[in-house]
Amino acid sequence: MSEHITSAIIAIAIGVFGILAYFWISNGILDALISRSKRSNKEILREQIRPWLFVGPALFFLFLYLVYPVFETLWLSFKDENSAQFVGLDNYIWLFNDPEFHVTLRNNLLWLLVVPTLSTAFGLLIAVLADRSRYGTIAKSIIFMPMAISFVGASVIWKFIYHYNGEGDVQIGILNAIIVAFGGEPQFWLSVPFWNNLLLMVILVWIQTGFAMVILGAALRGVPEETIEAAIIDGATEVQIFFKITIPQIMPTIVVVWTTIAILVLKVFDIVLAMTNGQWETQVLANLMYDWMFRGAGDFGRGSAIAIVLMLSVVPIMIWNIRRFRKEELGR
Amino acid sequence: MSKPTDRTLPRLLAGAGLICLVILWIVPTLGLLVSSVRDKDALAQSGWWTALSDSEQTVFERTAHPDTQIQTDEGWVLEGQLEIALTGYEILRFGGSQREPAIAAVGETLELKNGTQLTVNSDGSYRFVSPDKPWSGSRGKRVFFSYAQPPSFTLENYSEVLINGKLGQAFINTLTVTIPATIIPVLMAAFAAYAFSWMPFKGRDWLFAGVIGLLVVPLQTSLVPLLRLYSDVGNFFGFEAKGYVGVWMAHTGFGLPLAIYLMRNYMKGLPKDLIECARVDGASHFEVFTKIVLPLSVPALASFTIFQFLWVWNDLLVALVFLGQAEDQIVLTAQLRALLGTRGSNWEVLTSGAFITIILPLIVFFSLQRFFVRGLVAGSVK
Repeated sequence: MSEHITSAIIAIAIGVFGILAYFWISNGILDALISRSKRSNKEILREQIRPWLFVGPALFFLFLYLVYPVFETLWLSFKDENSAQFVGLDNYIWLFNDPEFHVTLRNNLLWLLVVPTLSTAFGLLIAVLADRSRYGTIAKSIIFMPMAISFVGASVIWKFIYHYNGEGDVQIGILNAIIVAFGGEPQFWLSVPFWNNLLLMVILVWIQTGFAMVILGAALRGVPEETIEAAIIDGATEVQIFFKITIPQIMPTIVVVWTTIAILVLKVFDIVLAMTNGQWETQVLANLMYDWMFRGAGDFGRGSAIAIVLMLSVVPIMIWNIRRFRKEELGR
Repeated sequence: MSKPTDRTLPRLLAGAGLICLVILWIVPTLGLLVSSVRDKDALAQSGWWTALSDSEQTVFERTAHPDTQIQTDEGWVLEGQLEIALTGYEILRFGGSQREPAIAAVGETLELKNGTQLTVNSDGSYRFVSPDKPWSGSRGKRVFFSYAQPPSFTLENYSEVLINGKLGQAFINTLTVTIPATIIPVLMAAFAAYAFSWMPFKGRDWLFAGVIGLLVVPLQTSLVPLLRLYSDVGNFFGFEAKGYVGVWMAHTGFGLPLAIYLMRNYMKGLPKDLIECARVDGASHFEVFTKIVLPLSVPALASFTIFQFLWVWNDLLVALVFLGQAEDQIVLTAQLRALLGTRGSNWEVLTSGAFITIILPLIVFFSLQRFFVRGLVAGSVK
C-alpha cells in the first residue's frame, strides 16, 4: 500500500512539474534563440511564436483526444469489427434495422424530453421559492448537494429506494413500503418496461435540478427591479408578474440550462449501466455503444457507428453555441 | 400596491412547498447514510426509517430439562425463565414451531400439538403444560419467541467494505487518478486561456470558436480510436496499454475545452489597462501571466479545479475504458459498480460503500461551494 502511495506521489510530481518546466523552459529557449534585442523584426518574430508555445500543449491534447478521434471513429464506423475490412454502410444498415436500437432511440428521446424539462422546471421553482424563504440558503445547499455525488453512487442510493422484497416480506425499499402502506402491491419496478425508464430519469433529475436552480437563481437576481415594480404599480398579481415579466426576461438562460442538461442526458451512461445495464428495455445510446465495444471481443465497427449517431445528435447544439459566441464577440 | 397582509398566505405556501421539496431531495441520501451504520440483520429485516424504533427479532430458546418437570392437577408442567429476558429485553410474541415462531401475544395461552399448552409472559417467564403424558427427551423443548431489539448502530459495515470490499485500495487509486488529472489541465488551460485573451495571433478567434465547439463533443466518439492508439503505442514501446498515465492524459484532453472556456472568459474580463501598462513597462508575456494574470485569476482557477476534481472523481466511463479493473488500478466508482453486481442484495455493503465513494466530493463541495457556484454561473450565463 505505502509503495503504491509513494509511486503515486512521484507520478503526480513528475506530471505537474513536467508541465511547469515545459512552459518555463520553452519560453526561455525562445528568448535565448531570438535574442532580446529591440530590433523590430526579431521582436515581431518572437512575439509571433510565443502564443503558440502557450496554446501548443492544449491544442495538442484537444486535437489528439477530441478532434482526431471524431474523424477516426467516423472512418472506423465503415469498417468491420476488427477494423480490418471496409464494409461501407453495413454497420449503419444493421443499426437501423436492429430492434434494440429502436428501443434505444425511443428511450434517448424520452430522456431528452423529460430530464432537462423537469430539472429546469424544478430548478426554477426552487430558486423562486428559496428567494422568499428565510432558510433559502440552507434549502439551496441541500438541493444542490446531489451535484457532488457520482452517478454510480446515486444509482446505489436510488436502487435502494426501488428495492423489492418478495410479496409478504417486509419492504425495505421506501417506494414499495409506501405502496404497501397505501394498500398497493409491491413490485420489482426496475423490470417494468417503459415505467422503469422514468425511474432511472428521476435519478438524473435529482442530480441536475441543483444545477438548474443555481443558474436560474442567478438569472432571477439579474431581472431589473424597475420592471417588477412597474408591474406591481399597474396592479399585476404575483403569478402574472412571474409568467409575463420574469420568465420572458430569463428565457435565454432557461434555454441555456435546458440545452446544457440535454447534452449531458445524451451521454448518460453510468446510471443505466449500474441500475439495469440496459435490460428490460431501458437501453440508451451511450450504454449500447459501451456494450458493443466490449461485448465478446468487441465490435469496433458497430460501436463506432453508434458513437457517430451520438455525435450527430449534438452537432446542432454545437453549431448554435459557436454562432452565439461569434455574435457576442462582434457585440463586444 | 398590495398590502403586506396579502402576502402572508403566499409566503406560507412557498415555505411549505420548499420544505416538501427539500425533504424529497434529502430523503434518498439520508436513507443511505442511516442504512450504512445499521446492524446488518436489522437492515435486511426492516426499513431504514424504522431505525430509531425497536425492531423485532425472532429466535428460540430451550425450556428447562424434562427432568425438572413437576406433576400438578393440570398435568406435567415445565416452568422457567427465558434467558434473554434476564438481560433486559422485552418479549413481544411467541410460538411453538419454526413455522409459526411468533403467533401469540405474550400472556396468552397457546394450544399446541398433543394438547400441550404454552404460556409466555413479557418478562420471559413461561409455563409449558402437557395434560396427558409426562415430558420426555434428553433436552428442553424449543420455545420460539420474538423480542424487542433496541436500535443499534455500528461501523462494522465500513470496515467490512473497506477491507473485504476493497474500497480502501480503490480510494487510494482514485486519488492517484484524480490529483494529476485535475492539476495538469488547470495549468495547461491557464496558459492557453491567457494566450486566447491577451496575445494576438493569427487564427485566434477561429481556434477559440473551435474550442467552444469541442465543449459538447461526446467523449464516446473518442473511446474506440484512443483505445486502439493506446494499445498500439503500448505494443510498440512494450508497456501495458492500461495505466495511470493514459487516464491522466485522457482526462486532461476531455477537461480542457471547459477549462479554457471558463478561464478565457474570466481573463478577458480583467482590466485591459493593467496588462497593457505592464507590457509597456517591459514585462514579457510570461511575466505578465505569472505575476499579474495568474494571481488575479485564482477564483476562476479554483472553480474549474473543483469542477474537474468532481468530474474525475465521479467518472466511471473513462476509468472503465482506460484503466485495468484489477485491484491495483480499479477506482471507487468501478469497484462500487462491481459490488452492485456481486453483492447486489447486501445493502449494508452497498450503502456504506456508496458513502465512502461520495464522502470526499461532499466535503470538497460543501467547503468550496461558493467557488463552484461562481464557476457554474460563469460557464453558462453570459
